[in-house]
Amino acid sequence: MSSTEASTPPSQRGDRVFGALAKGAGITILVVLAGVALFLLVEAFPALTAPASELPDGKSLIAYVAPLAFGTLLSATLAILIAVPLALAVAIFISFYAPKRIAGTLGSIVDLLAAIPSVVYGLWGIVVLGPAIVPLHEWLADHLSFIPFFAGQASATGRTMLTVGLVLAVMILPIITAISREVFLQTPRKLTEAAYGLGATKWEMIRMTVIPFGRPALISASMLGLGRALGETMAVTMILSAAGVVSFKLLTATNPSSIAANIALQFPESSGIDVNVLIASGLVLFAITLVVNMTARWVIARSNLVNA
Amino acid sequence: MPSETEFEKVVDGVGEHSPLDLIERPTKPAERQVTEVASTIEVTNLDIYYGAFHAVADVNMTIPPNAATALIGSSGCGKSTFLRAINRMHELTATARAEGSIVMDGQDIYAPGVDPVEVRSKIGMVFQQPNPFPTMSVYDNVAAGLKLNNRKIKKAELDEIVEKSLRGAHLWNEVKDRLNRSGMDLSGGQQQRLCIARAIAVEPAVLLMDEPASALDPISTLAIEELISELKHRFTIVIVTHNMQQATRASDYTAFFNIEQSGQPGRMVEMDRTEKIFSNPTHQATEDYVSGRFG
Ligand SMILES: Nc1ncnc2c1ncn2[C@@H]1O[C@H](COP(=O)(O)OP(=O)(O)OP(=O)(O)O)[C@@H](O)[C@H]1O
Ligand SMILES: [Mg+2]
Repeated sequence: MSSTEASTPPSQRGDRVFGALAKGAGITILVVLAGVALFLLVEAFPALTAPASELPDGKSLIAYVAPLAFGTLLSATLAILIAVPLALAVAIFISFYAPKRIAGTLGSIVDLLAAIPSVVYGLWGIVVLGPAIVPLHEWLADHLSFIPFFAGQASATGRTMLTVGLVLAVMILPIITAISREVFLQTPRKLTEAAYGLGATKWEMIRMTVIPFGRPALISASMLGLGRALGETMAVTMILSAAGVVSFKLLTATNPSSIAANIALQFPESSGIDVNVLIASGLVLFAITLVVNMTARWVIARSNLVNA
Repeated sequence: MPSETEFEKVVDGVGEHSPLDLIERPTKPAERQVTEVASTIEVTNLDIYYGAFHAVADVNMTIPPNAATALIGSSGCGKSTFLRAINRMHELTATARAEGSIVMDGQDIYAPGVDPVEVRSKIGMVFQQPNPFPTMSVYDNVAAGLKLNNRKIKKAELDEIVEKSLRGAHLWNEVKDRLNRSGMDLSGGQQQRLCIARAIAVEPAVLLMDEPASALDPISTLAIEELISELKHRFTIVIVTHNMQQATRASDYTAFFNIEQSGQPGRMVEMDRTEKIFSNPTHQATEDYVSGRFG
């Protein structure tokens, strides 16, 4: 084939240029990612090797990071559990039920939620949402305390894991809603008509065609949201007064912090080995996020296989 | 029904060989089919609009039961529009609107208070492009409509109806070993027969088909036509087709639609027994169209 190379038609040249650009972009991302991982590893190294006595509070690194990792996962999981059904409902409502005039406006409002800085969400959590849901906290603690999540003395300020979960859920709602709407509207018309032609109601049509069709995208969107919730700093930092515990109790005033929040809080006052410890915790967050994303890819690939 | 399979075996042994042998077919439909009384559809003064555009004007026709009625006519004359109005599918198009009446079993399906969902479960539809639900298995595709209309159906009963419908669509032998595989794994012709099985599983009174074989190869097309001749013993069938041979082979009645010039609404020129339309139609326009002199 080398003999034809001299007369490469322009269209193929375009393909090559674009291919090279795409490849370059892909490699850049990998390089940046590897760079970040390397930085974290190198900077965390002193903390990984130092004896426990030299670390903050004289605790081992694992004992230090574990509650933070736990808090990170708990708050993010809570956020996803709240946000995904809500986003699904909002996306379905906007796409299929809202009158045309309202649908556009509603969509923009949800999108706007993404533009609010997280400091504002933090403040809103402390000043508005937290106090507002104190009664909810009390009700749950009174009536459902047999469920471990709702055990313990309900906080009087509402600055709890539950509030954090709700605030994070609102923060990741727009991305999940937007992607879901986008995909729902692409449901092939021949499928929706097939469902209607069988005598399906609108809701049955959505269940038979729209949701299965949008499922891989919904999973991707949820994982994007989860990624954001895992790394969210300000809102968690502001709402929780951290207590370095591992506790599933969502309603009490004693809560674990998250990795990102802890770094934001401690970094300005840290020096020496303390900085290395914080970076080591960052390394853990990096690993968690990586695992979450890879799991998401795997889940999507699998559900595509089933669909194919 | 064990007797049915036995009958098939006997017939297979005797059967003459044709390309169609590749595909399941009933060799003697008349003996196998018990005629069930389907519904007559009475269309009166039907006008259909898309926004301000008058697409179909003043259709009056009686669609007889237990027969296949073909709708023919040049592209854009409103055949699909009319067909979709029969089960109120046109309402899925935001701008579409129909005026007039369509009476089935003594009930005007356009009357206020009539639920279009109800109408569509009695008047099934098969589309031009095969459209099985891609995330569902062959079995679930056939069962999809049943699960809608009768949620508490028993598994054994469901199995029975799925098998009966797949047999009815001449697909059973080809898919019985892969009922749990995706419907998308089937060939185009098989997918279309799957869609027919899905439509007949809910036992509609009427089956509307919009060019159901136009995306298929000649053998699959013949298979669909044979299927139609058989299904009309149980259902009232309305089929849109651009294929004149198909109309003559598969239908008992033919309605010719025409459009005088673009921008004008389409109208039904005449409807009669298929032989009459193709040999000795009343109107010149019909004569021109069926003999290929139009334009
Ligand atoms: N959704 C729609 N909105 C506006 N106009 C439409 C719509 N669907 C069809 N029409 C118009 O209505 C007229 C009839 O269309 P229809 O699809 O019923 O024709 P047809 O006879 O089925 O044609 P074909 O044989 O090509 O399928 C055409 O002029 C078409 O442009
Ligand atoms: Mg058409």
